[in-house]
Amino acid sequence: MSTFEPVLLANIGKEKSFTREVYESAGGYTALRKVLKEMQPADVIEVVKDSKLRGRGGAGFPCGLKWTFLPKDHPGPIYFCLNADESEPGTFNNRILMEDDPHQVLEGLIISCFATRATTAYIYLRVEYPLCFERLQAAIDECYEAGYLGQKILGKDFSLDIYLHSGAAAYICGEETGLIESLEGKRAWPRIKPPFPAIEGVFRKPTVVNNVETVACVPHIINRGVPWFLSIGVPADPDNPRDAGSYGPKLYCLSGHVNKPGCYEAPLGITTRQLIDDFGGGVWKGRKAKAAIPGGISMGLLTEEEFDLPLDFAGPGKADCLGLGTAAVVVLDETVSMIDFLHNSCRFFDHESCGQCTPCREGTAWSVQMLERIRAGKGRLKDLELLLEIGDTIGIIPGTTICGLSDGAAWPIKNAIRKFRSEFEEYIKRTNATGYMETEPVEALPIAAHGH
Amino acid sequence: MGIVIVDGQEIEIADDERLNAIQVARRAGVDVPHYCWHPGLTVVASCRMCLVETGTRDAESGEIKMVPKLVPGCQTPATDGSVFVTNSEKVRHSRAFVEEGLLIDHPIDCPICDKAGECHLQDYHFEHGQDARRADIRPFTSRRRDVGPTVTLFVDRCVMCSRCVRFTREVSGTSELMVIDRGAREEIDVFDGFPLDNKLSGNVVDLCPVGALGDKDFLYKQRVWFMKSHDGVCAGCSAGCSVVVDENQDKVYRLRPRENMAVNKWWMCDDGRYGFHHVHDEARLVELERRAAAGYESIEWSQVPAALEIELSSAGRLAGLISPHLTVEEAYLLAQLLRKFDEEALLALGPVPVQGEDEHYPGDFTIRAEKCPNRRGVEEVLRHFNGGATSLDDVLSQVESGAVGGVWLTGGYREPSLDEGIAQRLTAAKVVVVQDMFTSPVWERAHFRLPGVAFAERSGSYVNCAGHLQSFSWAVRPPTGARVEGSLYWQMLEQPGMYNPRSVLAEIAGTIPAFDAAAGEIPSTGVALEAPAMSPTA
Repeated sequence: MSTFEPVLLANIGKEKSFTREVYESAGGYTALRKVLKEMQPADVIEVVKDSKLRGRGGAGFPCGLKWTFLPKDHPGPIYFCLNADESEPGTFNNRILMEDDPHQVLEGLIISCFATRATTAYIYLRVEYPLCFERLQAAIDECYEAGYLGQKILGKDFSLDIYLHSGAAAYICGEETGLIESLEGKRAWPRIKPPFPAIEGVFRKPTVVNNVETVACVPHIINRGVPWFLSIGVPADPDNPRDAGSYGPKLYCLSGHVNKPGCYEAPLGITTRQLIDDFGGGVWKGRKAKAAIPGGISMGLLTEEEFDLPLDFAGPGKADCLGLGTAAVVVLDETVSMIDFLHNSCRFFDHESCGQCTPCREGTAWSVQMLERIRAGKGRLKDLELLLEIGDTIGIIPGTTICGLSDGAAWPIKNAIRKFRSEFEEYIKRTNATGYMETEPVEALPIAAHGH
Repeated sequence: MGIVIVDGQEIEIADDERLNAIQVARRAGVDVPHYCWHPGLTVVASCRMCLVETGTRDAESGEIKMVPKLVPGCQTPATDGSVFVTNSEKVRHSRAFVEEGLLIDHPIDCPICDKAGECHLQDYHFEHGQDARRADIRPFTSRRRDVGPTVTLFVDRCVMCSRCVRFTREVSGTSELMVIDRGAREEIDVFDGFPLDNKLSGNVVDLCPVGALGDKDFLYKQRVWFMKSHDGVCAGCSAGCSVVVDENQDKVYRLRPRENMAVNKWWMCDDGRYGFHHVHDEARLVELERRAAAGYESIEWSQVPAALEIELSSAGRLAGLISPHLTVEEAYLLAQLLRKFDEEALLALGPVPVQGEDEHYPGDFTIRAEKCPNRRGVEEVLRHFNGGATSLDDVLSQVESGAVGGVWLTGGYREPSLDEGIAQRLTAAKVVVVQDMFTSPVWERAHFRLPGVAFAERSGSYVNCAGHLQSFSWAVRPPTGARVEGSLYWQMLEQPGMYNPRSVLAEIAGTIPAFDAAAGEIPSTGVALEAPAMSPTA
């Protein structure tokens, strides 16, 4: 820990850190120059593969491997989509990068496009980030002026154009094929796979979709080398052949009931407790923590007893969470009602379900209706079984939906009820003393309007 | 040749067959429930009703490896070694969960829903659903929204399968329908000022697996279980779409397309779909009359054969104008009948109604400009009897010159075709016999007025514009007074028993080479008559 040197956030806090001048004064664009001077696209892919860089967008898919899925010697265009639709609740690491160090993102993007032979890149940016839009566009303009974009970049036989595209405030646009549909001007209904985007993506052409932080890691891997990257993080578990390891620095977003919320860079594998104590200044108001969301709301819940698990790609799964997700840790203190937490979570996924698959569309809506009724003092113990059945049924993991949105809806339900069952039962018994044993269907509450 | 295992049954598939799990299961006699999948539309795999378990059998060891998650049957191809399980506990639970979800907000207003009785949601619920409601009880809401001149939407009944939306994008190419809002608040809608208004619009009602899309023409006219369905062929144009005629007590209530990959696939146009109302038109001709010294006198059908025989035998040269609305069998019998009275009787094709041009749709569907079902069939029969072609104009000229004394005209037209122009040129004829559905200038001046029948009342065969022959039986009986044209010819030709088009077609197939392919049993989707024997399209 003591030897760890932040690289992704190295420029943050400098005056005018978002300009090319400041970025270059700290060694910016040397990786791009090195790549274009010394390397072939296949070499860059090899380096990224060797670094074992895994996607930072949530799923943790090996980045270099993803790039190799592109068809070899494809005659037509290859597209690169930068997923900047950062909409997982609690997550703001992409925002920090794009607002305060957009050139780092662009350098990573340009190198990634060179590696994948993409000649057009789209940055799909969530609409709630107007400052990112402004700074990214300014940075793109600066890159064209400096010859880092456009035709024959730095005199090499490599051309690239980057287009900045603003979304329209839908969580589902962060799903890579939902993003692609939206980019094409359609309703963001995730596509059925196969074909995967690497074969048929934007405009039915081979496409790479990567997260902002993922590409931002690439220049550092080029500059500092694979051994440096592999020296950070948690090695693969030799007993688990499916564990690809968790290497490199990671931006953790800490929020909720801590004294110093913020975006902090740490080696992959830091524990929740270290994050809260070392970076967050402890739980606020002198209270104790009750639970934490390990990586965005869709990943589920860690109880306070589980805070010592490493926050790497494999860690949260050991506590029955969905995974590391976006590494956005939201801390809940001892005063938080788990019923309120779950209601808020269900309300979000009900609002954001794209509505394509029946289990997700109806399951998310049904769960929020039950939780609203429970909070209105009309809960039944049976509702907990129904909620768990919904949680266990919906999702891409059991195979009942096209995309992973409903896995994200399911995990908070499963974790909250299974880990805090007595709290739910006590609440229901206390607020519905006469009806909590009811097993027959009861009358629904009037339908409430859902806003943002 | 490949082997696919469905619930333990081995099913053979050919190497060039591209089937999904639903299709291959059907072959094993297993029905995999589904809403969003339709063979004529793109696969979206979104209803999740067709989820099954899948795996592969290793060709060498015979070992079966299953995939841990459920997969949509519609999206999963069946290839050699594929294994599908459609009846496991996991599959059953997932189906019950989908059914339960669909019914949370469904009004369950089956007693007043047109779809009841042929509704997938109903059927699947009985077969796959939960036995009791577990979700909260909601007040009944059933909002109705007008989406176009032919179709109405019952918003709350919709299960969001998006078949209708895909149909307007992929088949009609008009894209009027869309999904608005998100999640459980999604609804089907149209843009303001752009209603669902195209000539294929009625198909979305057939596609709707539930009662969400209602056909305004059919709405609240019949409960579907009171109707009987008959395979038929649409007579609206020369495409000859295979249809199902739904009737109750001799009244046609609805036409629906019948799957026929050689002709109309799964679709039909609105002109044809709603083009059956003339069958029950008040203006249908039902009075049987012959010209008398002053005006007309009523006669009985029993008197007709003898009366016609006397008149036609003494009329000199005879001519027949055979309508493209008659069946192949009727055309053949009428030709035989006229040749019986006069061995050199002239035979010609009646007027062929044409409106505009063929209308092509992106889904490889065409509405033909020729608004009659059997021009090619009649032409082929005439070619056999005539050798060369005799035109309508030839016949009329010979009537005018006095060379022809007796003319037998047949109708069946919905629009006036035996018009004043033809009537004028028939004034010199000694005997004019007309069989038709509606009055016309020719009918007004005919010596014999014989009420004929409509397409749904006929049996026989039509040959469409592509040379595809389809046989069908009557769906409803004609109104009292009207008589099937073919049965009169049958009787006058002294054939035994009831008019039997099937035996006539067998005779035609044996006599006329162009109809070779019609020998033997005709499948419900018809047969292609050999293309080289057919005449090029006029």
